[in-house]
Amino acid sequence: MREIKANQIKNKVKELFLKANFYINPDLMQRLKKALVEENSPIGRYVLKMIIENNKIASREEVPICQDTGLAVVFVEVGQEVHLVDGDFTEAINQGVKEAYQEGYLRKSVVDDPVFERKNTKTNTPAIIYTDIVPGDKIKFMVMPKGFGSENMSAIAMLKPADGEKGIVDFVVETVKKAGPNPCPPTIIGVGIGGTIDKAMVIAKKAIVRKINQPNKNPKFAALEKEILTKINNLGIGPAGLGGNITSLAVHIDYLPTHIAGMPVAVNVCCHAARHAEGIL
Amino acid sequence: MKNIIKITTPLDAKKIVKLKTGDFVNITGNIYGARDAAHKRFFELIEKGKRLPIDLKGQIIFYAGPTPTKPRHSCGSVGPTTSYRMDPYTPTLLNKGLKGMIGKGFRSPEVIKSIKKNKAVYFGAIGGTAALISKSIRKSEVVAYEDLGAEAVFRFYVEDFPAIVVIDTYGNNLYETEPPKYMK
Repeated sequence: MREIKANQIKNKVKELFLKANFYINPDLMQRLKKALVEENSPIGRYVLKMIIENNKIASREEVPICQDTGLAVVFVEVGQEVHLVDGDFTEAINQGVKEAYQEGYLRKSVVDDPVFERKNTKTNTPAIIYTDIVPGDKIKFMVMPKGFGSENMSAIAMLKPADGEKGIVDFVVETVKKAGPNPCPPTIIGVGIGGTIDKAMVIAKKAIVRKINQPNKNPKFAALEKEILTKINNLGIGPAGLGGNITSLAVHIDYLPTHIAGMPVAVNVCCHAARHAEGIL
Repeated sequence: MKNIIKITTPLDAKKIVKLKTGDFVNITGNIYGARDAAHKRFFELIEKGKRLPIDLKGQIIFYAGPTPTKPRHSCGSVGPTTSYRMDPYTPTLLNKGLKGMIGKGFRSPEVIKSIKKNKAVYFGAIGGTAALISKSIRKSEVVAYEDLGAEAVFRFYVEDFPAIVVIDTYGNNLYETEPPKYMK
């Protein structure tokens, strides 16, 4: 058994949310620069230049990349040999989020009840936490401040097995088409196929944080990613939805075994400010 | 790249009818930040025949909620939020004299109709460029609904705020005219 203190969890979560909100990952910056070369539309190139310049300012001055500093999503892999001491796991994560958002001048964007009062909790908590128990004696965190401009454009479909590949391609492309300029293109499209209706969306979300354009290990799914990306970029939506051939930067698919009767397909859309940070305790 | 047109607030009705879809503009003057919750309150006040906390005549509303201001900065990061969520309230505000909106994303047919009727303009700012946009904001203050936190009504004094005319006073819409050129 290895002891980890709740305070260490709090500090790690805080550090990662600050980092994610100020610094765009190098793989994404590289992809944006490549997009600038590939984009044919003059307005599209203007938009991409602004995005690249914005990301440089944010990291240089340690200010948020986007004013929507997101709902705090945390994926945690807890080693089964870890013994947590001096506190509560969930509380430690939420405390880390609260301190990051208060001390880092990040926007508090969480309302308590979603329907009636919609009162701001003023701490950006509670976080959305997904926990997996894994072998080992470490805790791995992947934090993702998820903006809602793109979250709102996400969708799920319970396709029939007979719908096959074509059904998946059509549904994902249609979701991106309907979203148009709303989710801040050029987007990253996370797609989760299989599992249950709920699990499909979780793996779609997790697929967003994969190293950009690293294809799925299964060549059939990698080909599907490529086909969907080409079809999306043929829509003409372009950067900021103002026309162009770069509507999405990447399509990342993940999949799981599913029931004989179904083929769940979840699409989690992420804006060009795809922020995430990873750390290990 | 086309020339950038300089405009000032409050908007001059004679000048804004000359703006065309796709024009690049730099906006200088006061603009108001208001988003979902503030729009709901505005709408309810108008329905009850009560006065709004700000006079909308000739003004621009920027659909935005900034991050808190860091010490030694004039404003936090602030960029446009998605506009369609304000659509249910927009025609009512346009009828009250609102002349401009800055946001991102589609507007409803009802809003576009109201933009034409009221000879208003929908400007697009680039979503996700909040650190860059905040450079054009010289002053930021809450003028109403402080209890709403990030959703309060803000007054921003801006200098050369970068935006693009997306829907002009004639109802022409850049989201409809530009993407088909790149469709394959």
